[in-house]
Amino acid sequence: MPAVSKGDGMRGLAVFISDIRNCKSKEAEIKRINKELANIRSKFKGDKALDGYSKKKYVCKLLFIFLLGHDIDFGHMEAVNLLSSNKYTEKQIGYLFISVLVNSNSDLISLINNAIKNDLSSRNPTFMNLALHCIANVGSREMAEAFAAEVPRILVAGDTMDSVKQSAALCLLRLNRTSPDLVPMGEWTTRVVHLLNDQHLGVVTAATSLITTLAQKSPEDFKTSVSLAVARLSRIVSSASTDLQDYTYYFVAAPWLSVKLLRLLQCYPPPEDGAIRGRLTECLETILNKAQEPPKSKKVQHSNAKNAVLFEAISLIIHHDSEPTLLVRACNQLGQFLQHRETNLRYLALESMCTLASSEFSHEAVKTHIETVINALKSERDVSVRQRAVDLLYAMCDRSNAKQIVAEMLSYLETADYSIREEIVLKVAILAEKYAVDYTWYVDTILNLIRFAGDYVSDEVWYRVIQIVINRDEVQGYAAKTVFEALQAPACHENLVKVGGYILGEFGNLIAGDSRSSPLIQFDLLHSKFHLCSVPTRALLLSAYIKFINLFPEVKGTIQEVLRSDSQLRNADVELQQRAVEYLRLSCIASTDILATVLEEMPPFPERESSILAKLKRKKGPGNLHLDLDENRKERSVNGGTADHSSTTSNAKAPMPPQASAVPVLRSAGPLFQVFASPTTSTDLLGLGSTIATQNSAPPASKGASLLVDVFSGNTAAFPVETPVAVGPVADENFSRFVCKNNGVLYENQLLQIGLKSEFRQNLGRMYVFFGNKTSTQFMNFAASVVCQDALQAQLNVHAKPADPTVDGGAQLQQILNIECVSDFVDAPVLNIQFRYGGTLQNIAVKLPITLNKFFQPTEMTSLDFFQRWKQLGAPQQEVQNIFKARHSMDIEVTKAKIMGFGAALLDGVDPNPFNFVGAGVIHTKTTQVGCLLRLEPNTQAQMYRLTLRTSRGTVSQRLCDLLSEQF
Amino acid sequence: LVTTGVGAKTYRRIRFILIQNRAGKTRLAKWYMQFDDDEKQKLIEEVHAVVTVRDAKHTNFVEFRNFKIIYRRYAGLYFCICVDVTDNNLAYLEGIHNFVEVLNEYFHNVCELDLVFNFYKVYTVVDEMFLAGEIRETSQTKVLKQLLMLQSLE
Repeated sequence: MPAVSKGDGMRGLAVFISDIRNCKSKEAEIKRINKELANIRSKFKGDKALDGYSKKKYVCKLLFIFLLGHDIDFGHMEAVNLLSSNKYTEKQIGYLFISVLVNSNSDLISLINNAIKNDLSSRNPTFMNLALHCIANVGSREMAEAFAAEVPRILVAGDTMDSVKQSAALCLLRLNRTSPDLVPMGEWTTRVVHLLNDQHLGVVTAATSLITTLAQKSPEDFKTSVSLAVARLSRIVSSASTDLQDYTYYFVAAPWLSVKLLRLLQCYPPPEDGAIRGRLTECLETILNKAQEPPKSKKVQHSNAKNAVLFEAISLIIHHDSEPTLLVRACNQLGQFLQHRETNLRYLALESMCTLASSEFSHEAVKTHIETVINALKSERDVSVRQRAVDLLYAMCDRSNAKQIVAEMLSYLETADYSIREEIVLKVAILAEKYAVDYTWYVDTILNLIRFAGDYVSDEVWYRVIQIVINRDEVQGYAAKTVFEALQAPACHENLVKVGGYILGEFGNLIAGDSRSSPLIQFDLLHSKFHLCSVPTRALLLSAYIKFINLFPEVKGTIQEVLRSDSQLRNADVELQQRAVEYLRLSCIASTDILATVLEEMPPFPERESSILAKLKRKKGPGNLHLDLDENRKERSVNGGTADHSSTTSNAKAPMPPQASAVPVLRSAGPLFQVFASPTTSTDLLGLGSTIATQNSAPPASKGASLLVDVFSGNTAAFPVETPVAVGPVADENFSRFVCKNNGVLYENQLLQIGLKSEFRQNLGRMYVFFGNKTSTQFMNFAASVVCQDALQAQLNVHAKPADPTVDGGAQLQQILNIECVSDFVDAPVLNIQFRYGGTLQNIAVKLPITLNKFFQPTEMTSLDFFQRWKQLGAPQQEVQNIFKARHSMDIEVTKAKIMGFGAALLDGVDPNPFNFVGAGVIHTKTTQVGCLLRLEPNTQAQMYRLTLRTSRGTVSQRLCDLLSEQF
Repeated sequence: LVTTGVGAKTYRRIRFILIQNRAGKTRLAKWYMQFDDDEKQKLIEEVHAVVTVRDAKHTNFVEFRNFKIIYRRYAGLYFCICVDVTDNNLAYLEGIHNFVEVLNEYFHNVCELDLVFNFYKVYTVVDEMFLAGEIRETSQTKVLKQLLMLQSLE
């Protein structure tokens, strides 16, 4: 075969590239490039018309400069000119430039499309391919609009050359991915399926990709592809290794095509037709058999190609999950790979076995390999392989082997890579809980986790152990004894101090009978750790101390002394100081009976799904990863389905504390006396101050409250805190309810209700905020302010008129906010409320529902106008699309009301499909007005929606799409 | 309009192909997803960082954001393909090798400089073998025949 010489044909280009390579510094390179750019610019501007060759050479140089990472702002026109050349080499450079420097410059797009059109109808296969490759590479909406009808025609036409068919198939696939709405299925679909029978295996290879993608979207329409794919696969796997000539790769018959066919079959359940099913099973058996035959070549290419097919066959077997013999055979084959000398194969076997472990047919077979997997954990050099081993151990774990697996994971933890420790900790914690037969083992395991990898033990893990200990009487004494012993270590992890403090505070009495762990010794032990701990842990320890006073009256004096010391009473940290003051006061004033009531043992937690599990799911789920480009996001939302939703919602709620996070956290500084509050009795045990309303606030709280209000009445002066306390989590539960309406209740807890009434015109708005005091006591020092953070400061002005500093019991206070939208924005302002109730400073932060769509003015337009505008707004960054599952019933009237409430005009009879909704409007900001078009396409069968927003600003499209998507 | 896919394994395709040398210089970048230029640069640097630290005892696969990179090293060049996590590792690993064998025939013992000086031809080779993020043609004979035909055109 003749070799291609360096830069043949274009000497000037080769010289230029050499020059660049010889540049000694970045500066020299830039200088050389600038010189070249000036030269090219003058050539392009010169009077003399350039010949095709020169134009090609200069465009190619520009491309090279661009690929080096420099901006190119001219030459597009010359590149487009090259498209209409009759010479292949010139055309090729023109198309390459267009494909690499995609530019949605509208005047050029029509010229480009014109050139493509000419080439597509040229009947010259080389030119047709160039044009098709360009469409496939760029794949813009304009191209889809122009060629969505033409490409399928080329694909199925009888006289189209094979290589053109290949390109046309993949070109159509690309258009279908980026603009599915523009590529309607037609009579061509059946003929596309029959391409699976084509003589030319290259055509079959390309067509299989196309069919697989289409079949995922509409499986019914492509059902017939199953029998054809099985037939084709059968012919390939039963062929002799030389039958397929060009398509045999290192003695393996058409490996890539086989993989694609096996993939296509994974779009469907096992074939119902017995004959087809039998034939497929035969194919799969043949593939498994071949894995056992001696290799036809020692080359790694041979075994890789063979195993690529084998792994895809195993994927199909797992997907069907219906043939026990095949599943077990697959498992045995993977078992052999676990000990293979190729790292790649060991890795893939571990990965594939993970899915086999979840099938009931193969779970037991997978378990037989436990020793090998444990060995992999200890000996593999590549961390990603060890990671897969951890995954597999987790997947194969059940009651029979839990102790062994947990022990192995624990011992691995000591040497594990930092990058995967947290995940292993979560896995161990889950397995230990799930398969605990006796809970002493569970407690030991979690304490070991803290010992070996304390830094990686997240709050969820230690919350959970406390939850479980509190709920199970039988383990409480053991837990107390074990933490007491663990705390003896001179240096123990802070997480252990937290668990120890909590458990001894609750159950220290269970071991107090032993003189080696008498109350005083317990207290001294805990207090010896106090000074080494962070503020939240110290706060927790203070609570443990007050609990000790109740449990062990004999240490009351000692503890009071500690509380009374300057380092507590005058602690610079407000939270600690407040606790010390209040606990001391409580211990002095309250009678034993009151103490016993207030500091009673924690009631059991309601049983619920482990929050650790949720965390692991979150970690693994798709939600927190990115590289989220539009098309990718769209696809994920379709195929991730509900799982994706749950992960995003749980993320959104993440900053909201206790409900999900089991054990009360002493993290929010405001409320006092969260002594070890449980979610069932509301976050603050004494009902004294609560920032978070609980769904089912239990009666004991109010009893406690009246008790303690008395205790502390007239005592407000003693409270040391007047400085604003760190703001807790911002409440946003009701936020999205206000996107499509303007009035309603924004927030409510046991003390306070906040109502809203608002009106907007153009870029201005006024919001009336009503603060209702639900108690019979006056709120003092009442203040509400609105904060716009970060970028929002410049985008939105919110002016709050001053309001009264007191709100009487049962009364309502009104505050007016004046709002001005300066430019489009995403975040919402926060309403901070502070007041004093019964001696406690309350802090509440609520997200104010001022959203971009409030500044919508509806616009009526005709169908013609609408689609004209729609096309004008067709640049990729102007359109945002979201496909999502319906969260509410798909009622037409409700949907209409929501779109109108959102602010857009609802346009009737515009969309050809009467079930779709389209809307239009203008967003008014002080600096600019943004025209917006929206289209909502419901699919009642799939219970899904597709929402498309097109506006002249990408950020506006994105924000409006996000806001509206939440509403259905 | 919208139907739910069969499962997570349904959407699989190439996201990008990169050829880099050991110093991190890009010799080919072919994108099958929309990225802006800054993002592309970031991806190129990240890929270089994760791939070059690995040695022969490691697998040819690396998790990468929510995708994975299948890569193979030839002398000083790393050939990397970014695909979805559920995609077939070995098929792409051999896809790379198939591509390299074609380059080797076409450029007659290909070396890094061939890719530099003939960068615009390398794109043609890629488009013959991979299109729209899918494998288009796997037969070396057919691809080379086509390339030689194109070579003979003006």
